[in-house]
Amino acid sequence: MKKKKLALRLAQILVVLVGISFVTFLLTYLSPGDPVRNMYTAAGIMPTEELVAEIREELGLNDPLPTQYLRWLRNCLRGDFGKSYTLNKPVTELLLGRLWPTVKLTLLSMGLMLLMAVPLGMLSAVYKDRWIDYLVRGLTFVGCAMPNFWVGLLLMLAFCVHIKAFPVISSAGDLRSIFLPALTLALAMSSKYTRQVRTAVLEELNQDYVVGARARGVRESVILWRNVFPNALLPLITMFGLSIGSLLGGTSVVEVIFSYPGLGNLAVSAITSSDYNLIQGYVLWLALIYMVINLLVDASYGAVDPRMRAKEQIR
Amino acid sequence: MKKKNFFLAHKQFTFFLILALLIILGAVFAPVVTGGADPLKGSLTEALEAPSRAHIFGTDKMGRDIFTRVIYGARASLSATFGVVALIFLVGTAAGVTAGYFGGWVDGVIMRVADMMLAFPGLVLALAVAGIMGASSRNAIIAIVLVNWTKYARLSRSLVLKIRDRDYVSAAIVTGSKTKHMLFSYMLPNALPTLIITATTDIGGMMLELAALSFLGFGTRPPAPEWGYMLNEGRACMQSAPWMMIFPGLAIFLVVVVFNMLGDSVRDILDPKEA
Repeated sequence: MKKKKLALRLAQILVVLVGISFVTFLLTYLSPGDPVRNMYTAAGIMPTEELVAEIREELGLNDPLPTQYLRWLRNCLRGDFGKSYTLNKPVTELLLGRLWPTVKLTLLSMGLMLLMAVPLGMLSAVYKDRWIDYLVRGLTFVGCAMPNFWVGLLLMLAFCVHIKAFPVISSAGDLRSIFLPALTLALAMSSKYTRQVRTAVLEELNQDYVVGARARGVRESVILWRNVFPNALLPLITMFGLSIGSLLGGTSVVEVIFSYPGLGNLAVSAITSSDYNLIQGYVLWLALIYMVINLLVDASYGAVDPRMRAKEQIR
Repeated sequence: MKKKNFFLAHKQFTFFLILALLIILGAVFAPVVTGGADPLKGSLTEALEAPSRAHIFGTDKMGRDIFTRVIYGARASLSATFGVVALIFLVGTAAGVTAGYFGGWVDGVIMRVADMMLAFPGLVLALAVAGIMGASSRNAIIAIVLVNWTKYARLSRSLVLKIRDRDYVSAAIVTGSKTKHMLFSYMLPNALPTLIITATTDIGGMMLELAALSFLGFGTRPPAPEWGYMLNEGRACMQSAPWMMIFPGLAIFLVVVVFNMLGDSVRDILDPKEA
């Protein structure tokens, strides 16, 4: 039963992946710019008409759409996503080189986010409707409405320009230069998470077992940390997994602000210079990573929460 | 008389509705608010001036008045945001209601397409679409709609499925109700309240996404004032002219706060149990 479900999911992923590859290919196929011309202008050369026609023929850009798509797909399956026009390197190599910095940024910002969201959410739930709850709720509300690129710019203004505690350009990749970009991402996320933690803890606090434990005279701190906390974490694990996935693709803005050498920054410059091979590779790879993470999260439902094993998943 | 009672009974809603209307009016009557100043013209002798009585938000690199540009920028941001929300609402609801009502292969196709859109994390697809089709506010809108319609499709589909097999629905079909009548008089009204709540609470989020796209340079083209892009310009002059990035950011923040609060109060009114 379980295996069958997994196989079904994998088959579904395969279908979706084929669809994605087609959409990705179509996007660049329909795009207004001419890749050959872009390639030459990127190198600073004005190509002649004959040269453009020749290269187009050589790259197979004059073939009908299905032929081009199938050829492209075959190469992709072999791990060959072509060469980047602007950087003149294989796309796979470029992407792999930028993957680790983005993963590092993602993990650090998730860590920072948890450090802020879990204590604040717990506090706000335990002291519900007291001043501290109102303060935390107010802060999360403000956090949700702030554009993260603005937060990044403000942090930069405060800590790089005025106090000079951190470098303005985070291309070095050491902890000091990665801290502000990670903090920017963490601040934006923690507003959402603090609310989630608060709701989850409140829900657990209203359960019968808490009333029972209180009636038996169990100390409040024991109830909170031994019983409520682990239970409240369950729903957060799912969110956590999903956020890692979306962060991997969502760091572009912050990476651009801090000139951080990650995937997002690479993608933005690829898009600005119409480097289609690189864009296609980036989109496909991220979709794949994202789907695998989602699958893992779904699979972990059952492992983490026994109740979930019994429940039918509602799609 | 009844109307007056409604507004008095929901003070929070009324308060934020008035604020939202003020923002919209400010954008519509931008020339009046700014006293006829031109958002595109500046004098280079007045470039990068700090906020003063003549230019209360300061001026930018080209000597353009930032207050004027922020007010005019509201036009671009608000119209794009409302466009996006209206489109995702229409497209998503149409797709979801169709999928839920007809089921079978129609459902399969629509939901697999939705799955495909969901397979891209956050901004990735929007970036790719906006970037590849070229930077313009229309393309940014299309990109964000492509990414976000699925939420409404899923929601409306599940709402339709909830009542699809009820006896009164079957009875209506058996007694010969036309499909069009079924869709518009039975399915849609059932899904509408939840969808309207979602749409109003989404306004702020969509505005942020659009601003992020144009901040990266994939939205409105430069000379036209737009908040996201103004922040981008301000980033370059952060050291010498911090006001260039502070005021457009503040504008985005305030508008998002107002619309988020409005969304929350609409939810409280339409759906009291979720409050």
